[in-house]
Amino acid sequence: MRTLSDVYIIGSGETKYGELWEKSLRELAVEAGLKAVEDAGIYSKDIGILYGSSSLAGSINGQNDIGSLIADFSGLASSNIPAIRVEASSASGAAAVREAYLAVRSGEYDVAMVGGVEKMTDIYGSETLDMVGTILDREWEWFMGATPAAMAAMTARKYMKDFKVEKESLAMLAVNDHENASKNPNAHFRNKLTLEGAMGATMIADPLNMMDCSPMSDGASAIVLASEKYVKAHKLDGIKILGSGISQDYLALHSRDSLYRLNSTVIAGRNALSKAGIKQSEVSFLEIHDSYSIYGLIELEDLGFAEKGKASQLVGDDIKLNGALPVNPSGGLKAKGNPMGATGVGQFVEAYLQFKGKAGERQIKNPQYGLLHNMAGTGSTSLVHIVGGA
Amino acid sequence: MGELSSIWRESTHRYRLVGHKCGNCNTVYFPPRDICIKCHRESIGKIKECNMSGKGEIVTFTVVHDVPPAFARQRPYIMALIRLEEGPMLTAQIVDTDPGDVEIGKKVSAVFRRIREDGKSGLIQYGYKFVMES
Repeated sequence: MRTLSDVYIIGSGETKYGELWEKSLRELAVEAGLKAVEDAGIYSKDIGILYGSSSLAGSINGQNDIGSLIADFSGLASSNIPAIRVEASSASGAAAVREAYLAVRSGEYDVAMVGGVEKMTDIYGSETLDMVGTILDREWEWFMGATPAAMAAMTARKYMKDFKVEKESLAMLAVNDHENASKNPNAHFRNKLTLEGAMGATMIADPLNMMDCSPMSDGASAIVLASEKYVKAHKLDGIKILGSGISQDYLALHSRDSLYRLNSTVIAGRNALSKAGIKQSEVSFLEIHDSYSIYGLIELEDLGFAEKGKASQLVGDDIKLNGALPVNPSGGLKAKGNPMGATGVGQFVEAYLQFKGKAGERQIKNPQYGLLHNMAGTGSTSLVHIVGGA
Repeated sequence: MGELSSIWRESTHRYRLVGHKCGNCNTVYFPPRDICIKCHRESIGKIKECNMSGKGEIVTFTVVHDVPPAFARQRPYIMALIRLEEGPMLTAQIVDTDPGDVEIGKKVSAVFRRIREDGKSGLIQYGYKFVMES
């Protein structure tokens, strides 16, 4: 009888995030994948299964079967391994990592590869927005003129009114993201942002302006997962995935009881922490899905780091790199960027670098546990993972 | 039929605000659902059509400036979440008003309008929008 295996991340690779006009979907995926394989020190023959994640490749690039695409152009076609795409809109990345985690944890595979990729700048911006709108309820939200930013803005207006929260509290998250991204060579935006700059940007959907919204980025991120048996046999050291939680909620915001409680995040977070056997107070840093600034604020509450309506008290010095609870050391979705299918995998890349002491200028001192949160749409699916040094 | 069939299929709901009602527990749904979220399998075969009055209240709203191609001519426009008298909440535009007059809690009522158009030669799609009650 098999017993469950501990699951390790033994390597990571990432492209720069940004407007990468010179690189194609497949080039991005392969670049990140090969970097991860090289970093892990494994050979392609060691890979038992491959998970690709992309949210919009079928819509923007007209390319499906991303699993085969990545396997093929990584030179793996002749090894005929299973290679499949996982899709959960903007949470595709973490959803793919979770499938790989389960594959290794079950004992079925010793080495699993995850590659997330998105190539968003191959069509015009307004057309890309049309594709990004697939993360909403297409029939009853998008059809009526709602955009992802509009949905976030409606949550923001209600939240700010009910809890008397000023717009500055939302902007502080963007300022923090940009500060951290200025120290991340792979980030989409490396410029620092002042509070005045964040408050005065072009309006997207009132009260949210451009600095409240994550950009449309190209990019790819990859990690290699391995079983305890494999890690021991090859004398590797990695970091552990200690807990994985996933949950879903109503697809459309109008079907939910609350506009600012993300039930899927509450449950995924609770399950991940419980599986890891740790409490919020033991978490050293967070990577949260702040596709829109307001979500960052309410996620801090729904993940249990602040009471409902009180996250604004946290978003000052506490969330900085040297603060009590660093948030988005990578630069987050706002400034590291948001290549949708890659974003969730990119959070694992950041965690791996942090635990291996390879995060350069944005290195957090002696991290114990990291919490990674990736979310689909307005909260229809959430994934939370707890990772830690092995 | 292509794209046309997906528009035609929903026209009853979008043109006349026809929702669904669970014959088991009487919960009203708009947009329509084929299964009751409270009764689950007990609602099978008991879901009936149900007309909405079109009266409701603004729960929250936004003014959308960055708009999809099908809405280019309407930019900027007001999107809102509206709680209908019958209970359900829906997502719709508020029209014929200045954004400065829109407030959370104000009463609105449904009107039949052009929703979106797919370019110069594409389909023009119709449905409900809301106006402020005077």
